Amino acid sequence: MSIFVQAKNRVSKFLMAFFKKKRSRIGIYGPPNAGKTTLANRIARDWTGEVVGPVSEIPHETRRASRKQDITITGNNGSTITIDIVDTPGVTTKIDYKEFLEYGVGKEEAITRAREATEGVAEAMHWLREDIDGVIYMLDSTEDPFLQVNIMMVGIIESRKLPVLIVANKIDLPDASPQRIRTAFPQHPVIPISSTEGSNIEELYEKMVLHFG
Amino acid sequence: MQQGVQIDLISEERLSKLTSMEKIHMILDDVRQGTIVILEKGLDPEEQGTLIEMTMHEILPDGFNGIEIETYPSHEEAPGFLQRLLGRTRPESRLTVIGPANQLRMIRKDKDLISAWVSSR
Repeated sequence: MSIFVQAKNRVSKFLMAFFKKKRSRIGIYGPPNAGKTTLANRIARDWTGEVVGPVSEIPHETRRASRKQDITITGNNGSTITIDIVDTPGVTTKIDYKEFLEYGVGKEEAITRAREATEGVAEAMHWLREDIDGVIYMLDSTEDPFLQVNIMMVGIIESRKLPVLIVANKIDLPDASPQRIRTAFPQHPVIPISSTEGSNIEELYEKMVLHFG
Repeated sequence: MQQGVQIDLISEERLSKLTSMEKIHMILDDVRQGTIVILEKGLDPEEQGTLIEMTMHEILPDGFNGIEIETYPSHEEAPGFLQRLLGRTRPESRLTVIGPANQLRMIRKDKDLISAWVSSR
């Protein structure tokens, strides 16, 4: 290889490393059972054809943060973002294994689930401190958004100056009230969706390209 | 023996002398013993995140199962000229109630009232 070709390759590598846009890690956070994994799966399926993790009606089904890499989302005007989606366990300040017993889970398994869930919440908080570049904060729009854990989490995200989109999920349900969520967090964009049915998901993708791009 | 619940009301002045980790250890040590802790001035967001993380490490089956925490909605401090120039405002942290999740239950909260129900262990 001639000295000129070698030099050209080196310069090319240097320029690529220098100008290559960093891939953002977008964390999906929110309380348990808000639909975080359902949304992560929908995003991954829509743009890569794969899924991130299993979903369940039992709280804390997701007990480890899981990452789906290299998801490229294209907006209506053709602009794109490439992100990693990090699906996180539901954040809470309390976990009692007895809650799992109500779903027909045996005591031993319930204790194991509770222990894994506590580790998962701690891990999710650690990710937020170290490894997340933007947040989708996911809320069940049939539930009270004014819970202290939501207020705290949004405050923590704001204090880290991370871009945040608030998703009002489960708008397909009769008690859904995305407006309550808008009232709770007027300082952030709120996107009402149904991640199960896919309603209004296009608006979310548009906002993601705008906010996280 | 008389049944009851200990309540510690901690002044802003006392809190200001503690480091973040000292505050969090103090809160968790008290709450794990069944004490309700009332902070005259709440924790900052970084401390709240650490409190959640450390609470998770303390949870045990048939033992401590976490905390209940409630605070008034924060007021945005009126930004000064420099803050406006730099685009910085700091939400004011306000009175905060923290207790064991199996003893403290919040009944109602609005911008200047927190109503809670406390049971003995």
